[in-house]
Amino acid sequence: MTKQIHLAAHFPGVNNTTVWSDPRSGSQIDFDSFRHLAQTAERGKFDFFFLAEGLRLREMKGRIHDLDVVGRPESLTVLAALSAVTTHLGLAATVNSTFNEPYEVARRLASLDHLSGGRAAWNVVTSWDAFTGENFRRGGYLAEADRYTRATEFLQTARELWDSWAPDAVTAADGQFIRPGGISTFHHEGKHFTITGQFNVPRPPQGHPVIIQAGDSDEGRNFAASSADVIFSRHSKLEEGRAFYRDVKSRLPRYGRSPDDLKILPAVTYVLGDTQEDAAERAAEIRKAQVSPQTAISFVEGVWGRDLSAYDPDGPLPDLEPDLGPGVSEGRAQFRGDRGAVAAKWRALAEEKNLSIRELVIETAAPQTFVGTAASVAEEINLFVQTDAADGFIFVPHLTPGGLDDLVDQVVPLLQEKGVFRADYTGPTLRDHLGLTKEPS
Amino acid sequence: MTLHLAVALDGAGWHPAAWRAEGARPDRLFTAGYWAELVVEAERGLLDWVTFEDSLGLQSSRFDAPDDRLDQVRGRLDAVLLAAALAPLTSRIGLIPTTIVTHTEPFHVAIGIASLDHASRGRAGWRPRLSARPDEAAHFGRREFPPLDVADVARIRRLFGEAADAVEVVRRLWDSWEDDAEIRDAATGRFIDRDRLHYIDFQGEWFDVKGPSITPRSPQGQPLVTSLGHDVVPYEFAARGSDVVYVTPQDKDDARRIVGQVREAEATVGRTGPELKIFADLVVFLGGDKARLDDLDGAALVSDAHIFEGTPEGLADLLVGWRDAGLDGYRLRPGVLPGDLSAITQGLVPELQARGLFRKAYETADLRGRLGLARPVSRYARAS
Ligand SMILES: Cc1cc2nc3c(=O)[nH]c(=O)nc-3n(C[C@H](O)[C@H](O)[C@H](O)COP(=O)(O)O)c2cc1C
Repeated sequence: MTKQIHLAAHFPGVNNTTVWSDPRSGSQIDFDSFRHLAQTAERGKFDFFFLAEGLRLREMKGRIHDLDVVGRPESLTVLAALSAVTTHLGLAATVNSTFNEPYEVARRLASLDHLSGGRAAWNVVTSWDAFTGENFRRGGYLAEADRYTRATEFLQTARELWDSWAPDAVTAADGQFIRPGGISTFHHEGKHFTITGQFNVPRPPQGHPVIIQAGDSDEGRNFAASSADVIFSRHSKLEEGRAFYRDVKSRLPRYGRSPDDLKILPAVTYVLGDTQEDAAERAAEIRKAQVSPQTAISFVEGVWGRDLSAYDPDGPLPDLEPDLGPGVSEGRAQFRGDRGAVAAKWRALAEEKNLSIRELVIETAAPQTFVGTAASVAEEINLFVQTDAADGFIFVPHLTPGGLDDLVDQVVPLLQEKGVFRADYTGPTLRDHLGLTKEPS
Repeated sequence: MTLHLAVALDGAGWHPAAWRAEGARPDRLFTAGYWAELVVEAERGLLDWVTFEDSLGLQSSRFDAPDDRLDQVRGRLDAVLLAAALAPLTSRIGLIPTTIVTHTEPFHVAIGIASLDHASRGRAGWRPRLSARPDEAAHFGRREFPPLDVADVARIRRLFGEAADAVEVVRRLWDSWEDDAEIRDAATGRFIDRDRLHYIDFQGEWFDVKGPSITPRSPQGQPLVTSLGHDVVPYEFAARGSDVVYVTPQDKDDARRIVGQVREAEATVGRTGPELKIFADLVVFLGGDKARLDDLDGAALVSDAHIFEGTPEGLADLLVGWRDAGLDGYRLRPGVLPGDLSAITQGLVPELQARGLFRKAYETADLRGRLGLARPVSRYARAS
């Protein structure tokens, strides 16, 4: 059976994927930028618009990282404003489960769902680092091993709050604003939260907002398989994507769920050209803009854990061994893994292809997923979906705010012609767009 | 000098039976459309701003605990998100949501209100409010919270002290990016000048916050901070961190006495910068339905604020009469929505305009400017 593709738009991030040096690059904070991208996505009949979150500015070598775009709004606030200038587009907020409390997050998401008429989604992320914790009263108290026990309990608690109002609790008739029994008292007692009382927002129009998950570890995948409606994944290559897809979908039966209950949407980028060569040329230019000489050095510093500012970005990698101590980067998942192994891989690649520092970083740290003509990109998108490397994609543009204009104008119509992407919305809610038909509880 | 007029929006209006009034739309209270109609009407009436109430528990007829009443409006939307959803639908009116500083992290508040200021192009304000309800604390489960004894002044001072710290953190975060921090300097590859971003390094008894904000400085720099007070301790809280204080005089003499107390509070805390703007809160019924609603509710309405019943002309007389007690303006709490709001915009406002006491067009696009408050330079900006 031909699968229908799901598409989402990611507002450009605070990392080097976003090219700020381009003359077309607009404000990362002005509301018009958000409006433009959201309305473009809605014009393209996308499933949803997505905002990431980071609750502390990134640092390198103990100072605020200044080479990438810096500065973002509070996700839910901007999405609420966007609900007024869009009519069908889903609105997805990344909200951390470590530096928030269930009562508050549940009521804010329920509020967004009401304000948007059933279009809210929550990307439950679990960053737990003490660095971010310095901005919050609880500080960095969470052990890494606890990040998903807290996230799981957090989400469970939020669901209890949403369920505590009957769908028909508000009657506003016969002298009763709330019907008797319409609001029940919640009691939650667990490792992370012991709370009781009454929730103060009516049950959201979608029942529960759509739940997105973006972790990659074994625990993260189980959390998604048990609890999420959508996975935002990093596995954007065909083979890798298929393996991830198989792995995650095969976990669903354990939780009594079927493959259709969880959509897998990798983050992807794209570059269009009039011909394949033209697209490849543009793609190379974009990669160069994404990795300035300073950014190249900064990446190698992140992996090496050392100050390498004296090195020439157009010269070879330093002859030094990486310092595997605490590292020089804070607030980025990127440099958290096994830096020794990454350094060895980079050195081997640089030697094999005789790459300078900048060339190496361009090759490894600026991946592009779909590069080609509108027709070939549409073909490829469809191939990924029909061969189970994905159920659709979250597109990350490199330009603010016009970075998805040509995708929507040129590629989406081709997908619609193929009959693999909706020509129009068929329902008002995000659950409708995603084909999630079961009433959540 | 002309008057400033704000309106406080809450549920179906400030009478607990307002949802049962003629013309009420209780079935729409949780939709964006209901609020959009109200705020667009308030903007048509050239009002200074609207406030949105909020709480972290169900509304109650008691101040210290929930009640079991199902015959009054229960449930509400998050005020910051509600205000944000209205920002693109309006262009001049100020939008001032409430947040509960006792439980909400100041960091989250700071970025939420700054984002509202960005989305509204400089029309955001904030009303910090504290919660004294044990049941609300139990929704968070983070702290012991015994019932509040109103005679326990020391505890009340501590709660306000915590709230004052929250306001201080929020204000520092709003200043933590200097206006010209973004440089986009291709030659050096730098997007920002990090010397113009600042750690706030707040350390206090209740929380520590490092900073800087994740959100660039907003159009107003410092969105308008407004707080409600009924006594010296909250007046001192306002004097420390607010731009506007809402007070609840019962008559003109009371207004004069309260204005005196507010000025004294400013001296006590050593306020620097512009004086607090003092707005009197009034519950207003301009359509004559109060008696019927009192009947429906089973008791006469009780309020912390003076309750006015009458005509727009009568209300105009009162506003003019009390003004020279030292008030800068009023925040009207419509008894019934939308009826009493349209009576304000279509009855009271023309009446005041005819007396030369109210604007005929908005003077400024931003909210601070409307009160004659300049856009402050970041406290962290180095003199250069
Ligand atoms: C594609 C993707 C996007 C993510 N976006 C965010 C984000 O915006 N904010 C955040 O705090 N964490 C983000 N994360 C981090 C994850 O939510 C998660 O906390 C982290 O990956 C650790 O979990 P894991 O060990 O299961 O990977 C993202 C992860 C992935 C894979």
